[in-house]
Formats: sequence, C-alpha cells, structure tokens
Amino acid sequence: MSLLEVDGLAVSYGPIKAVRDVSLVVEAGEIVTVLGANGAGKSTSLQAIIGLLPAQQGRVRFDGHDVTGESPERIVRRGMTLTPEGRRIFAPLTVEENLRIGAATQVRRGNTAELWDQMMELFPILASRRRQLAGTLSGGEQQQLAIARSLMSRPRLLLLDEPSLGLAPIVVELIFDLIGRLRDLGITILLVEQNVHQALDIADRGYVVSGGTVVLEGTAEALKASADVQKAYLGQA
Amino acid sequence: MEIFVQQCVNALSLGGTYALLALGLAVVFSVLGMINFAHGEILTITGYTVFFSLMLAVPAVLIIPLALIVAMLAAAAMERVAFRPLRGAGPTSLLITSFAVSGILQVLFQNLISARPRPVPIPDFLTGAFTVGPFHIGVIQSLSILATLAMVGLLTLFLKRTLLGMAIRAAAVDFPTTRLMGIRANRVILAAFAISGLLAGVSGLLWIAQRGSVDPLMGFLPVLKAFIAAILGGIGNLTGAVIGGFFLGAIEIGLQAALPEPVQPFRDAIALTLVVVVLLYRPQGLFGAVHSVRP
Ligand SMILES: Nc1ncnc2c1ncn2[C@@H]1O[C@H](COP(=O)(O)OP(=O)(O)O)[C@@H](O)[C@H]1O
Ligand SMILES: [Mg+2]
Repeated sequence: MSLLEVDGLAVSYGPIKAVRDVSLVVEAGEIVTVLGANGAGKSTSLQAIIGLLPAQQGRVRFDGHDVTGESPERIVRRGMTLTPEGRRIFAPLTVEENLRIGAATQVRRGNTAELWDQMMELFPILASRRRQLAGTLSGGEQQQLAIARSLMSRPRLLLLDEPSLGLAPIVVELIFDLIGRLRDLGITILLVEQNVHQALDIADRGYVVSGGTVVLEGTAEALKASADVQKAYLGQA
Repeated sequence: MEIFVQQCVNALSLGGTYALLALGLAVVFSVLGMINFAHGEILTITGYTVFFSLMLAVPAVLIIPLALIVAMLAAAAMERVAFRPLRGAGPTSLLITSFAVSGILQVLFQNLISARPRPVPIPDFLTGAFTVGPFHIGVIQSLSILATLAMVGLLTLFLKRTLLGMAIRAAAVDFPTTRLMGIRANRVILAAFAISGLLAGVSGLLWIAQRGSVDPLMGFLPVLKAFIAAILGGIGNLTGAVIGGFFLGAIEIGLQAALPEPVQPFRDAIALTLVVVVLLYRPQGLFGAVHSVRP
C-alpha cells in the first residue's frame, strides 16, 4: 500500500478546469517530484490533495484512508501537510509564534519542546531570529520558517510547493540540501518544482504535468534522459 | 477646569463602550471579513438577561457572570445557526444575513417580551459620584473606563499568549494557511464570535447601567457607532477599533460640550461629518485596514 495515491484528480475554479486528470503515487521514504510549466495545475493539485480545494473527480488516499473531501485540518492531523507556494508565513507574528501555531496538533501530545529543539538544530538561523516578526525575514529565511512550521506538525508526508521560488542560487542550494536531510529523518516528500535539474537530482521519481494532466512519469534518471523533458524544460542546459 | 476633567471622563467612558463594541466587530471581521450587524442584539440580550435575573431574584453576584455567559453563548449561537451554513458564500451574503438576524431578533424581543422599554433598577451606589480633590467623578463612568481597560488588557493577553489567540491572529492574516497547521476553522471562528459576545456583553452591562432600561431596539445605535469607530480606526485592525471608539467618544462629548444650544440637534450630523473628513484624508482609517486571505 502506497503512502499517497491520487487517482484521476480533477479540479475546477468555476468554469476553469485547472486540473483534468492527475494520478500519482508516493511510496513511503521516497522523494517524488512534480514538474511542469507555470499554470500547468501543480499548485491546484496539491491544494486539492490537502483538502483546501474540493476535488471534482477522483480520489485521494493517504496511508490507506480515503481522505477525499476531508477538511485540511483533518488531513494534517493524519500526518500529511503542505508548505504552500509563496511561503505564506504569518508576517505580523513572530518566528516563535509561527512555529508554535505549526505545532498546534502536537500540544496535547506534549512533545513540543523536543520538536522545538529539533527545528533549532535543522534551522539555526531561526533560533537567532526567534523574537523577530516573520515579515522582517529575508526570502530564504521565510522559506525555512515555512518548512519548519510545517514540520512542527510531525508530518509523515510533506508536500512542498516550489520551495526555491524567487531565491538566490546559494539559498536554493541550501533548501535542496535541507530536503535531502528531511528524507534522512524519515519524512516522505512530494516536491513541486520548476528548478528541474536540481529537483531531478534529488528525487527518486517524477511526474510531468501539462495542461492539468500528467503527460509523463518515470524514474528521475529516465526523466533526465527523456527527450521530451530535455526539450521542454532542460533546454540547452 | 473641573468641567473639563469631567467631560474627559465622560468621553473616555462613552468611548470605552464604543471601543469594546468596535473591538468585537473587528475580531469577527478579522477572521471572516464580515461586519456582524446583529452584534447590537447581543447588547440587547445582555440587557434582557439582567432584567429577567432581577425579576427572578437571582443573587446579585451571579447576575454579571450570567449576563456575560449568555452574551457569549448568544454570539456563538448566531455563528452556528446563521453564519456557518453560509460559510464561503461571500461577504455580501454574510452581511445581509447579519441584518436579517438583527431584524428577526428585534421582532422576537418585541413580540415575546415587550415593544416598550423595561426598567432595570440600578443600585444607588452605581448612580452616584465620588470626589477626588476638586473633581466629582461618576461611579459608572469610572467603571466603564476600568472595564474597558481590563477587557482590552485581557484580550491582548489572550491573543498574544494562548494558542487559540495566536490562531485567531494567524487566521486574520491567512485563513487557509492557518488550517494547514491543523487548526480547526470552526473553532477559530466560533472563538472569534464568543469573544465578540463577551465584549458586547460587557459594553451591554455598562450601557444598561447608564440608561436604566432595556428595549428591543436598544442595540441598533451603539452598534452603528461601533461600526463607524471600527471604520475610523481601520477596518479589521484591533488597535484601530479601540482608538476609533475613543476618538468617536471624544468627538461626541466634545461637541456636546462645545456646541451652542440651537446647534445641539445637529450634533450627530456634525460628528459624522468629522468622521467623513478624517476618512477623506485617510480612507484606510487611522491605523490602516487589514487585508488578508479569507476562508
Ligand atoms: N484562484 C484561482 N482562480 C482561477 N483560476 C486559477 C486560480 N488559481 C489558479 N488558477 C488557474 O488554474 C491553472 C493552474 O494553476 P496552478 O495550479 O497555480 O498552476 P501551477 O502551480 O502549475 O503554476 C492556471 O491556468 C491558473 O491560471
Ligand atoms: Mg504553482
């Protein structure tokens, strides 16, 4: 049984069909990447998987449960979460408050202190920014905060939507490093990216989405070698 | 000088009542993007709770907590019954629904209780005044100011220190992302309504203590003023709502004191004109409106 199974997903914004037919699976322990041009329907798919948008057709199964139509808060409590595109940190709240809210599902279990220490180790920069308003952080720091905030809910599956968007190359490097370390911590990752090279370097498998439909899938190696992917994304690189 | 100090106390006390109401409107607006015009009926419900408690000889110490609990429950019930089914229907539908709730409650009060004002006897010590040096200061006015400060302080602590409070602040910025933290949308919205109910309950108690009576339509004017105060402060901005409330209180009392007798009937018109002038220069309100991502 796969950790995540998405089967024939379709999502619309009113009359606009943004996602027509997306099927994918993620096995526990994998890093799976979803590639595709702007407007291909990647973010819409992630939002439907996590329950923020209703699926018009198709099923989403997480960890053996059919979670189609469940609320995002319910799904997050099951152990899957999303770090949204554009980071969406709570700008007027402090770094510490952002993280405490991230741990909302863990308060009853009483392990927030341990989680906190783990985050400070993974993201040393956040430790020194603890009392700062999140909105005053740099782009790279905000992305780290957004990921740390997601990790505070102890996800088994993390959906990452373009974590390298708008960051300087050196910071992109750091974020991809971090994704590798998350895998080592036992977190499974579904990574949406436009940084095709780096995404395929780190991923085990990938899907290519175009016009709201999965048009290609395969191992990272196969996708790297694929003429279609070369033509569409990797260009002369 | 004495008169000036007394007028300041009056302004602070009236402004405080507006501030609490405006704060309640702003808390709900901040998470839902909706102005609840039925907020004034919470004030009325608080008043009737006091009225019936006195009639049924409920012990005095219990009346205030009872009235506040009823106010919170009434606000929470409004959310549950009227607004939750319309979640996602857009701010206009919610706004119109809130007018409907307000109207329905007013009709119910008129038909089930009485269309006419019911007296609420106020204990003598509340209507009195005390003397500090050369100043005579009203007991109710002082209590209003203290209660306002206490409520603003408590709310600040709640919003800063508790997880639910932080979640409300986060939801005011970005509701969908707050849900991604595993925080239940319904809980946040219900909490915002309960808080607005508590604040309306406190201002209701202060309002009744000044008037000495309850009637079915008593909530309309204060909530209108609170709405103006919230706009003045910057819609959805909690600090702005409090300042806007005090600002409006100061304008009203200031005009009452300064305007010559023949012009007094135009006091509200002049006060509102001043508000319009402020908004012409600062359309976003004194503290700036808050824009956010809503559910
Ligand atoms: N909120 C929205 N309302 C209407 N259309 C939208 C909305 N969000 C995205 N879309 C449209 O849906 C399609 C897919 O968008 P999106 O999922 O954001 O693509 P991607 O993440 O792959 O860049 C695009 O055509 C986009 O214009
Ligand atoms: Mg996107």
